[in-house]
Amino acid sequence: MPEKKIKKVKIDGRKIACEREETILQAAKKAGIEIPTLCHDDRLEPYGGCRLCIVQVKGVVRPLPACTTPVTNNMEVCTENDIIRRIRQNIIALLLSNHPNDCMKCEKTGDCALQDLAYRYDVDSTRFEGEKWDLPIREDNPFISYEPNKCILCGRCTRICNEVVMAGTIDLVGRGFNSMPDTAFRRPRTIDNCEFCGQCVSTCPTGALTDKKGRGRGRSYEMKKVRTTCSYCGTGCNFDLNLKDGKVVKVTSAYDAPVNHGNLCIKGRYGYDFIHSADRIKTPLIRRGDSFHEATWDEAIDLIADRFSGLMKKYGNKTVGAFSSSRCTNEENFLIAKFARTVFKNNNVDNCARV
Amino acid sequence: MAGLATSLGAGAATNSLAQMPDMDTLFLFGSNPTEAHPIVSIYLKKALSNGAKLVVGDPRKTWMARRSDVWLNLRPGSNIALLNGLIHVILKKGWENKEFIKSRTEGFEELKKKVREYDLKKTEKLTGVPEERIIEAARLYSNADKAMIVYGLGVTEHQTGTENAMAIANLALVCGHIGRPSTGIMALRGQNNVQGASDLGPLPATFPGYQSITNPEVREKFEKAWGVAMSPEIGLKSVEMLDKACEGKFKGIFILGEDPAQTDPNVHEVRRALSSLEFLVVQDIFHTETTKHAHVILPGASFAEKDGTFTNGERRVQRIRKAIEPMAGKAEWQVICEIAAKMGYPMSYNHPSEIMDEIAGLTPIYGGISYERLERESLQWPCPTKDHPGTTTLYTDLFSRPGGLAKFMALDHKGSGEVPDKKFPYVLITGRIREHYNNGSMTRRVKGIMELVPEELLEISHADAKKLRIKDGDMVKVSSRRGEIKVKVKVTDRSQPGNVFMTFHFPEALSNFLTSEHRDPIAGTPEYKSCAVRIEK
Ligand code: SF4
Ligand code: SF4
Ligand code: SF4
Ligand code: SF4
Ligand code: FES
Repeated sequence: MPEKKIKKVKIDGRKIACEREETILQAAKKAGIEIPTLCHDDRLEPYGGCRLCIVQVKGVVRPLPACTTPVTNNMEVCTENDIIRRIRQNIIALLLSNHPNDCMKCEKTGDCALQDLAYRYDVDSTRFEGEKWDLPIREDNPFISYEPNKCILCGRCTRICNEVVMAGTIDLVGRGFNSMPDTAFRRPRTIDNCEFCGQCVSTCPTGALTDKKGRGRGRSYEMKKVRTTCSYCGTGCNFDLNLKDGKVVKVTSAYDAPVNHGNLCIKGRYGYDFIHSADRIKTPLIRRGDSFHEATWDEAIDLIADRFSGLMKKYGNKTVGAFSSSRCTNEENFLIAKFARTVFKNNNVDNCARV
Repeated sequence: MAGLATSLGAGAATNSLAQMPDMDTLFLFGSNPTEAHPIVSIYLKKALSNGAKLVVGDPRKTWMARRSDVWLNLRPGSNIALLNGLIHVILKKGWENKEFIKSRTEGFEELKKKVREYDLKKTEKLTGVPEERIIEAARLYSNADKAMIVYGLGVTEHQTGTENAMAIANLALVCGHIGRPSTGIMALRGQNNVQGASDLGPLPATFPGYQSITNPEVREKFEKAWGVAMSPEIGLKSVEMLDKACEGKFKGIFILGEDPAQTDPNVHEVRRALSSLEFLVVQDIFHTETTKHAHVILPGASFAEKDGTFTNGERRVQRIRKAIEPMAGKAEWQVICEIAAKMGYPMSYNHPSEIMDEIAGLTPIYGGISYERLERESLQWPCPTKDHPGTTTLYTDLFSRPGGLAKFMALDHKGSGEVPDKKFPYVLITGRIREHYNNGSMTRRVKGIMELVPEELLEISHADAKKLRIKDGDMVKVSSRRGEIKVKVKVTDRSQPGNVFMTFHFPEALSNFLTSEHRDPIAGTPEYKSCAVRIEK
């Protein structure tokens, strides 16, 4: 049985009460204290791979990873001191020693955990001389670009694919210096081995995995982000539409979304092209004989009002009705029902597809 | 959702999705969430990795069926027989929850009498599921502590769809598996806002919030708010409007964002009905099969172009936000207001938030919902007042039926409207795949998705493929009593012998030319899940 008692902990001098089984990282987050992480994602089981989140716990000689260490009663934690800072700098320097110096044109610039950490801890890639990968960028599928050179082997992509999506598409393949996340036999991602949910992209802290369709369309900080709800299935996932110059150029995860916590499926994450599709209906159209003619809103609305009024007069108000849709908003559904009951003055209104 | 409404009170899922990982037993019925509801499936997968037992009732060998402890591979259309059979076993073994049945339900004796007819032999015969599996499923589910039944369109898209849902409620009630966290019934539905579209009352017999139009007090409330008399006469369902149109007795329809000419079964008839109308207005973002029949087509605004709310399958009301201006200048809500005003009934709102305020004032279950609150919190209805936190678990003490008791419904096995015979020996099941959506009008415009899944495929078992001498990639002709289509074959063990599967996402090979006209007489839901077809090279 897990202990149910409230635990009192002190992090950087702040008192925090923990009711559940919590890690130091979770307790700190609750109190608004930020501990740097690289291999951690709230959607994943604690892993403890990168050691960047190490903290000093009073009475323990070696620093402990905050993301895997549970809090205990009366624990006292210091999230950063000179020693910790130096260790973190070393970890970052090591990562940069096998990393391309490519921030200038990297898709991830401005939204990259590694870049932010290098800046925050004042580390550059010259500290350690290391052998560097020199592998080509892989864009062998419609949605996901993979730049292995930028991979820091945090294992988030492989864990989310196996732990959360349970698709088993990617895993760490190869050995030693050459081990990296990839598909079995390094085949392209296809419909037979991948769900194209993009969860791996959404968790990657660097520019190793990026959304192919959004590449080159703008930096993260240039985008206006609008939080919204998916219009495909009834699960109600939230995400951010990323806009540049009035166009939706990308969808990014909303990690605090109550339903989906940043997870999406192929439709929610990549199914936005239809919004700006060239064949959207752009003006009202009125039929004349066998063809449709463009009309203004006023013409169309006048005609509709006229024709419905005419039918009601000629055949009685029970001969007209409205279909609403389970694709429309609540407000629109409410209005169309109100419309039928107040304007047609009948109850001929139905949700046409009951599926 | 009329099924759950009859048995329990409300036509809605009883719990929240977030409770799923904590259940210890999952009974998945007629639902393929890894394809149709991928994010729900993430919750379910979490439950499985936490050690939950899994029972799957599905004619297809889905991802979940492959990983199940018990797979109930029932014949399409035999849901009621199977559920009655399960309850039969549970009662016989004394696994029912007597206390719960006594204190929280009514109608148990009738149910007991009815399920007595469904002994194991008969159930096996009707469903094709071996006896041992039925017993094991009954044991796992009834002995669970926290058990959820998750069901999908494989339950509702039958001519007995409403009754199927009642039969599911029977099973949960017999075991007392309802009204607690991580314990209840979750219905997974197709389109994004099915829940909201039912809640908000574009229905012939109910006002918003399932308030009956035959109730004079309710009518009075709406008359006061809207300033006109409300007709007490129940209106026509969409199918009935179309039927009457074919007879020349229905003249004009306004269709908002739907494509019945593709997504309805038996589309020939629907198209005939639409072309018999004197006046048809269709508002949509793309040209569809339905717009072809219109007299006026109005451009719709996509979800990125307007403010509003959707209500998801767990009763959670969530915002959509306007990211860009409506491409054609107006969003649907504005257009409806303008037409109403032109026809002599002024409607005016400055913003959809004002419509929500009106909804809240008239709809008790949405009473506490406002855009302002939704900026700060996430709410699941019932949320009757501004200080109510919303409801994650329904029916913790009372069911929302008169008297507060849930009702057992004694039900008979009826089977599908159309069963295979010599001429049409295969059962066609239609459904969804992860990559596409409904009539495909949105997903077929996503280049990458079309690269991955460019066309319809007929899924057929290895045994049947061999029998018909067809192989992967062959083109075949599939025909039913209503029509025929040509489609490419995919041989897979997802299909059991005798059953084939197709989606309805592609107009070039539209399964709805084949699907039958049988419908659930109560909800009007078409029987998409089963019709008899012939397959020829
Ligand atoms: S992944 Fe990050 S650190 Fe590496 S090049 Fe791109 S932006 Fe720079
Ligand atoms: S897209 Fe999804 S399924 Fe494919 S590799 Fe990434 S996480 Fe795995
Ligand atoms: S690809 Fe990204 S998420 Fe995967 S291991 Fe490399 S850095 Fe981590
Ligand atoms: S992202 Fe996928 S699962 Fe989520 S609501 Fe959209 S379609 Fe449904
Ligand atoms: S974030 Fe804790 S070890 Fe990587």
